[in-house]
Amino acid sequence: MMGNIVLSKVKKSFGPVTVIPQVDLDIADGEFVVFVGPSGCGKSTLLRLIAGLEDTTSGSIMIDGRDVTDEAPAKRKLAMVFQSYALYPHMTVAKNIAFPLRMAGESADVIDKKVKDAARVLNLTNYLERRPGQLSGGQRQRVAIGRAIVRQPTAFLFDEPLSNLDAALRGTMRLEISELHQQLKTTMIYVTHDQVEAMTMADKIVVLNAGNIEQVGSPMELYQTPKNLFVAGFIGSPKMNFIEGAAAAKQGAKTVGIRPEHIAISTTAGDWRGKVGVAEHLGSDTFIHVQTEEHGTINVRAGGDVVVRNGDSVYLTPDVKRLHRFGSDGNFMRPHAGFHLAD
Amino acid sequence: MARVRSSESVRAHLAVHAVLIISALAMVFPFFWQVMTTFKTQTEALQVPPQLLPATFGFDAYRQVLQRIPFVDMFNNSVLSVVTRTVAQLIFCSMAGYAFARLRFPFRGTLFVMLLAIMMVPREIYLIPQTEIMKSVGLLDTVTAMIAPGLFSAFGTFLMRQFFLTLPESLAEAARLDGANRFQVFYLIMLPLAKPGLIALAIFTALWTWNELLWPLVIISTSSNLNLSAGISTLSGEYVTDYPMLMAGSLMAELPMIVLFLVLQKRFIEGIATTGMK
Repeated sequence: MMGNIVLSKVKKSFGPVTVIPQVDLDIADGEFVVFVGPSGCGKSTLLRLIAGLEDTTSGSIMIDGRDVTDEAPAKRKLAMVFQSYALYPHMTVAKNIAFPLRMAGESADVIDKKVKDAARVLNLTNYLERRPGQLSGGQRQRVAIGRAIVRQPTAFLFDEPLSNLDAALRGTMRLEISELHQQLKTTMIYVTHDQVEAMTMADKIVVLNAGNIEQVGSPMELYQTPKNLFVAGFIGSPKMNFIEGAAAAKQGAKTVGIRPEHIAISTTAGDWRGKVGVAEHLGSDTFIHVQTEEHGTINVRAGGDVVVRNGDSVYLTPDVKRLHRFGSDGNFMRPHAGFHLAD
Repeated sequence: MARVRSSESVRAHLAVHAVLIISALAMVFPFFWQVMTTFKTQTEALQVPPQLLPATFGFDAYRQVLQRIPFVDMFNNSVLSVVTRTVAQLIFCSMAGYAFARLRFPFRGTLFVMLLAIMMVPREIYLIPQTEIMKSVGLLDTVTAMIAPGLFSAFGTFLMRQFFLTLPESLAEAARLDGANRFQVFYLIMLPLAKPGLIALAIFTALWTWNELLWPLVIISTSSNLNLSAGISTLSGEYVTDYPMLMAGSLMAELPMIVLFLVLQKRFIEGIATTGMK
């Protein structure tokens, strides 16, 4: 089953409030697309528009060349996994997974076989007679995925499915969903505000801000060549450092950006002098917040073996080849020869 | 220190229990008095100073009730009213409550305010218009007329709406994506989850219907068409009341509700806790 989804001039308003001014997006069959952006940027609304749970104000949504803009959710042949899992609390795991098949009028034998297959794939065989309330967060998540896969949908929609799980389980489930995508090769659209999920899972990331698409691209494209200040600041952790004023003007830019891992730190010499504020030792890495005289607080990502303490004097040297220049409109500017920040 | 605290807590416990026991006795005593009166003669019932226990335990009062009023007919009418109204309210009020809670339709807010307005008007206001309606459709003095006005209620709709509002919207959305139509979402997903609300509504409807007095007295003139509550009230005389017989009749009318309460005690308490109604 194909899963090509095209959004053309999609607009969504709730009364006088426009949440999505206009979105055009093309999602290829089998792609793992992640919608990422800060809270309230419209990513969940966009997903709900695709699912048919919200009506578009204008524009069209096509699935496999078929205009589904005004079609009911069930007719779009999509499956959705909700943030709250939305499992039916009064039904057993088996009945939850069987529900979409029952609605599709499948025979009891087919339902039984598909439920058992899904349970086996998702390690739920021993829990089929339990109710959702008797399951852990990870198991509930698997049931929700099970309910989605038995329908063999055109595409899977995930609405922040891991946000209710603890950090360790989130890592495991992230991997399981990625493996599931490789196994099923079905289009998946995944909404998250967690850029680690976006970077690790996506074939293509769609960065949203205030209902507008800021940039679409592969994780590395977004990381290496962010189109504007918003994307540059949103993608990457710790955040990219932005420097304005004379140092930026010297480069013919309003703002220059430098990622924390592209700044060398030294106790003896460098371009910028500063004092260590907080040093976060993560083992493999050390995140150092340095208070500089010229550019305020600069975040540096150093190796795990770098030992600095609060109040230490240090020198920072940015890797000039890795600088990002942004114009007064906030958009990316091409680098030019002789690009250097230090006086 | 620990011992001081523990003896304080024992004293507090005893005080709480003493208050509870006194309150329970205050509640139970009128009922006990009623039961004892049914075994007394009229002279014993009116004796001053009052006598707690009868000289002999006689069942004359019960026999008299069965002779004075068509008890079985009235009992059947009450059961029919309770069953019909409860089933009807569970169906209509849950559907209307769900519509007000979850469906989007024009003038939903205005219609809901109008519905709430019904609850704010004293029920007595409706007696004359309802009687006129029953008269115009030729149902005066019929059991149907006695039952009909309670087949739907603003309170029941309000109660169910509030209950449906507590259920997550994502369940309905998931069911719609799973291929359920609007009625299937209501019937297969939301309604089973609204069971505590439905039980509360069933209990209140059954209680109110069983105890209903004024409307049956207005609309019914043939005693065999009355419900038990209204029927028992006819045992009270204009000048003289036979108290043992009245108490016996009342006790016979109360018994089904007492049994219902004992069987569904937990649900009754849940229902009251759910709705904040008494």
